[in-house]
Amino acid sequence: MCDSASPNQFAQKLDSYIDSLTHKKENLIGVLHYAQEIYGYLPDNVQWHIAQRLDIPSAAVYGVVSFYSFFTMIPRGEHVVNVCTGTACFVRGAEKLKEELENQLKIKAGETTPDNLFTLETLRCVGACGLAPVMIVDGEVHGRMHEAQDINEVLAKYRPES
Amino acid sequence: MDIQLTINDISLKVPEGMSILDAARTINIDIPTLCYLKLNEMHYNNNIASCRVCVVEIEGRRNLASSCSTPVSSGMVVRTDSLRAIQARRAMVELLLSDHPKSCLTCAKNQDCDLQSLASELGVRHISYEGEESEFEIDKSSSSIVRDPNKCIRCRRCETMCNEVQTVGVYSAVGRGFETVVKTAFDLPLSQTACTFCGQCIAVCPTGALTELDQVDKVWKALNDPDQFVVVQTAPAVRVALGEGFGLEPGTIVTGKMVAALRRLGFDRVFDTDFAADLTIMEEATELVHRIEHGGRLPLLTSCCPAWVKFFEHQFPDLLDIPSTCKSPHEMLGVLIKSYYARTLGIDPKTITVVSVMPCVAKKYEAARPELSQGAETADVDIVITTRELIRMIREASIHFDHLKEQEFDHPLGESTGASVIFGATGGVLEAALRTAYEVLTGETLEKVEFEALRGMDGLKEAVIPISGRDYRAAVIHGLGNARTVLEKIRAGESNYDVIEIMACPGGCIGGGGQPYHHGNLEILAERAQGLYREDRAKPLRKSHENPAIIGLYKDYLGEPYGERAHKLLHTSYVARKKI
Repeated sequence: MCDSASPNQFAQKLDSYIDSLTHKKENLIGVLHYAQEIYGYLPDNVQWHIAQRLDIPSAAVYGVVSFYSFFTMIPRGEHVVNVCTGTACFVRGAEKLKEELENQLKIKAGETTPDNLFTLETLRCVGACGLAPVMIVDGEVHGRMHEAQDINEVLAKYRPES
Repeated sequence: MDIQLTINDISLKVPEGMSILDAARTINIDIPTLCYLKLNEMHYNNNIASCRVCVVEIEGRRNLASSCSTPVSSGMVVRTDSLRAIQARRAMVELLLSDHPKSCLTCAKNQDCDLQSLASELGVRHISYEGEESEFEIDKSSSSIVRDPNKCIRCRRCETMCNEVQTVGVYSAVGRGFETVVKTAFDLPLSQTACTFCGQCIAVCPTGALTELDQVDKVWKALNDPDQFVVVQTAPAVRVALGEGFGLEPGTIVTGKMVAALRRLGFDRVFDTDFAADLTIMEEATELVHRIEHGGRLPLLTSCCPAWVKFFEHQFPDLLDIPSTCKSPHEMLGVLIKSYYARTLGIDPKTITVVSVMPCVAKKYEAARPELSQGAETADVDIVITTRELIRMIREASIHFDHLKEQEFDHPLGESTGASVIFGATGGVLEAALRTAYEVLTGETLEKVEFEALRGMDGLKEAVIPISGRDYRAAVIHGLGNARTVLEKIRAGESNYDVIEIMACPGGCIGGGGQPYHHGNLEILAERAQGLYREDRAKPLRKSHENPAIIGLYKDYLGEPYGERAHKLLHTSYVARKKI
């Protein structure tokens, strides 16, 4: 492992970003953000590469990646569906919303559909408590998601037209 | 500036910046700790306050404070013994135990475990909390270290040791919340990481989460196999630490009793790795002279320490040509037992089992290195056990160690000089090498054989030794972090040393990862070193080249030091490895 070269363009982009930094070690989190933006996720070999370039033990890089829920080590689908599990959404049925999404997408939270279209995740409060419970698709907030029908309609917008 | 405060109604003055814990210790109030560990001589300080066991009550503060990480302040009123503090401490330990396997009776750390002692000291008689228990796979991938994360209490002592003292960086806290545990990069098995197997993580682990790979049963099997001729050898540092397992003071020299115990266990021959240490000096000193005379690359770095060898293979793969090519002493002795000695006895080397007793867990890994064998089936050394494992064997055999009559090693591979005994302490290899190099190069007798500048716990010790009109610049390094600093200078061309001794473990082999646990008391290491220097002074011969068995070995079998046969048997090569 850790040997497989990542697509060249991605690696070059990441390398020139790292080169542009005056302080490298200190910018680990920034570099990880950037890498995740390019690759969509942070596979082991990318983390290892960053460790070498920043001269940080790869275990330490892995520790940081595993700590922040923003970072993911598994590829995400084309669209990321997030269910808010903050306090307000929680009391207004976030759990039911999550279960309904799991039901409709036929995956569990944290997983990606086999066609790579949707990834389902949970996050904490997005500040839209008045609309609770909310789901967020690719950054767009959809509120008052009580009914299966409404949820289905939101998802449909992101499915390719057949 | 001194700070005035009160602890348990006792008024005291301590320097500014001191922790409450240290302040209390100045007036003999010992606050219990668990994650906290400070080893000044190693520049090791783990005070992340994760366990909360050392909490105390401070007047005017709502919450209890962890005394290890809270500095004293003027007029502070501290109570370490209030009901609230005592109950909180007990609750902390109960919480830790609620997610800890209850298998103390069968744990390798039974009766040597800090968590167990703490539970006993704090009077934990039941665990009030029941909850989820972590489930992790046990990592037995390496030949040296077993990692059982189920027993990890997240104190992160191992991480501090590996990252800050050794600068290897194999461990990190991974995950968050309840799921947090100390792991390797990408959950790789230890065998696939840059771990050097120095075992210093084991030396500081308060529980059974990190232990040596136990090979005791393998030795018992060999001893009970009528077709095997089982030969044992013991490293220099074992003889000044083994006694600790039987209630003797650290540093007590138990060489004779150890030999007697090994014979009682049933070993067919009891040899001394010290013999091979003398041999190492002959080979390494000759290699140094050869490099100087033939314009070879300097400095020459010693190669006795397998953890140090693995460290440079991973971290400095571009410098593989500077370490000495000498095998480590026990590997040299292993190969000689299976060649020279097997021939003397007229037996098939395949029927010989060589067991090394070492203060080290990296030696277990080293023995399994493929290049350290003569063909696929005959490793130079078959089994390596640590000082701790030998203690267990002696106990298992119901031997009263204290009552044993002292015995001598077998001949000829048991004869040694004082020079070889001091291999076990930092600086010893270089001191031994200089004793020989001086006499070989000048043809004169070295009157004062002690090189005091090379002894002691300083991370880097230096000396300039004039020999035959040339100044030899020598350095001694212990601890891999210190080694990294010097290696980086060598890489940058900023170093002008001729020879450097490097040992992975702080203090050298006396502080090895396979020695009886020091539980944070490094005085023990100093006592062990003094034991070795006493043994050196007591030896009639104190220079490796004067060892008659060594002289005989070259005459009868090896030929010239650093010659053809010596090269084939006693030297090795290194592999460039990745940094993970």
